[in-house]
Amino acid sequence: MHRYSFVLYRPLQLIPVLFGISVLSFVLVKSIPGDPVRMLLGTKATPEAVARIRALYGLDEPLFMQYFYFLKNLGIGEMGQSILYKTPVLPLIADRVAPTLFLVIGSVLLTLLIAVPLASVAATWRGRAVDHAIRAFTTAGLGFPAFWLGIMLIILFSVKLGLFPVAGYGETVIDKLHHMILPCLTVALALSAVVTRNLRASMIAELASDHATAARAKGLSESWIFRRHILPNSLIPAINLLAINVGWLIGGSVVVETVFSLPGMGQLLVRAIFTRDYMVVQGVTLVFACATVLLNFIADVLTVAADPRVKL
Amino acid sequence: MSLLEVRNLSIAAGASTLVEQVDLDLAEGEVLGLVGESGSGKTITCRALMRLLPAGELRISAGSIHLNGRDLARASEAEMRKVRGVEIGMIFQNPNSHLDPVMRIGDQIAESVRYHEGASAGEARSRAIELLRQVGIPDPARRMAAYPHEFSGGMRQRAMIAVALACRPKILIADEPTTALDVTVQAQVLRLLLDLRDRLGLAIVLVTHNLGVVAQTCDSLAVMYAGRVMERGPKRELLRMPAHPYTAALLGCQPGSANPAEPLPAIPGQPPAAGAFPAGCRFHPRCPRAAAICESERPALRALRDRRVAACHFAVAP
Repeated sequence: MHRYSFVLYRPLQLIPVLFGISVLSFVLVKSIPGDPVRMLLGTKATPEAVARIRALYGLDEPLFMQYFYFLKNLGIGEMGQSILYKTPVLPLIADRVAPTLFLVIGSVLLTLLIAVPLASVAATWRGRAVDHAIRAFTTAGLGFPAFWLGIMLIILFSVKLGLFPVAGYGETVIDKLHHMILPCLTVALALSAVVTRNLRASMIAELASDHATAARAKGLSESWIFRRHILPNSLIPAINLLAINVGWLIGGSVVVETVFSLPGMGQLLVRAIFTRDYMVVQGVTLVFACATVLLNFIADVLTVAADPRVKL
Repeated sequence: MSLLEVRNLSIAAGASTLVEQVDLDLAEGEVLGLVGESGSGKTITCRALMRLLPAGELRISAGSIHLNGRDLARASEAEMRKVRGVEIGMIFQNPNSHLDPVMRIGDQIAESVRYHEGASAGEARSRAIELLRQVGIPDPARRMAAYPHEFSGGMRQRAMIAVALACRPKILIADEPTTALDVTVQAQVLRLLLDLRDRLGLAIVLVTHNLGVVAQTCDSLAVMYAGRVMERGPKRELLRMPAHPYTAALLGCQPGSANPAEPLPAIPGQPPAAGAFPAGCRFHPRCPRAAAICESERPALRALRDRRVAACHFAVAP
């Protein structure tokens, strides 16, 4: 069987996972304390009005029937109405996808851009001053919470130096890029700390490996060996590490979007939770869960691409 | 006239000397067996010839390694890069771990050619296919694209030989090349090495602890014990009439030379730990012929007759 044939049948295996996600997100929303109808109508509404709204939204039916409607509606892309915005949930979410996607992809790219050179330098000159400096940087990156780091970056780069906007998303592509640098950097600084450490450790192991010795016996220079043999081998565990951190990455985007007032899904979720906007919470949770599953799938494909020994 | 001339080579780890005063000569087309128990220093001697001792841990503390009028023991790192792979190739005990697991076999061969000779991708590729054919890998053009894990143990060892010979070195250092292989595959790989010697005029330093391998392949032998050469000479003579008690004891431990009905003889005791070598002759605590002089005076390597040397007070010309 071809090494990449899992790309075809792995999605089938994901069906039970997606089913589980749908049940969980449904139950999760149902178990939030507070009554959405009361939220909508206020405490002074008549019992008749409450009953009418309940019937309108199907909230008077048994739970499993509500789940069944939920699933049926999901199938046609119907996620219900936002109680707060009074619009359908799906377009509401669709509007917010771009900033979050930008943030996640941008953060991962920036993480690699930071972690690969730092780890290479630290592994090559391990035990020297530069290695200790990089270790201090990664310790700091692990220690600082994202919201604090984001605020510090705003103070330094936006307020003091005036290099980047304080908040918002911008209009044109260049403008958006300009706006997204600090949010991406906030996530990347934390994530690159973990990745740098992991990468440095695997690079040191690869530098001492038998195949590196064999490459030296071929008369290749250290820089050639590093590029052609050490780097490809040590990136494999880093891909796995990034895959494990996908959930953290999405959760972190909620915080960072709030700090930088980015009109993304994270911000939408936070606002929806505070206003008990059930349908929006449910919709965003579903999208986030599916995104996690999808990103892990992409990580699997990348692992297979990077390591010829892996069979999925 | 020797191709490679090692004189008085010593290797130290910190203050303790692990390999001392090793002399070796390798002529063109010669197969030199370097024999000894684990820990006798044969592997680090080989690494020293390539100047591949782990930096900061081991270093060449004395001696010279002459190759084509140059002393490799004093060569710079840049000069050594032009020696490794180009003038001296090296293969290792475990082909599983000494090939890059994520690089195609063909690329691992071709990269030396591209690096050292600046060859184009096409030239390097056709050289790699030719090398794979030479080491006996069937359907070489297709096998170029395979990864090491798709090869069997014996095929991997053949591929590693092809990698080592990519830039047509005149000398091949083979560090226990058959130890990790099945007995039947061992014989095939040894035959391949001899075949390459005949066709390419390759000189081979064959490191092994297996006297059976030595008997099949080598022209001459150097027997090492506790970091020193105990005896050197042409294989046939040395195996038939060992001058050193250690060589004799090693031969006595071979399954073929013992009475099949009796338990296999063994040399009593353990080889000394590196850096904790006994005074006098390093073999004297285990030697059946040890006398008082062996405990106090270290026997020098002395010529017994043409091409035979041994380091034993009692060695006589056989």
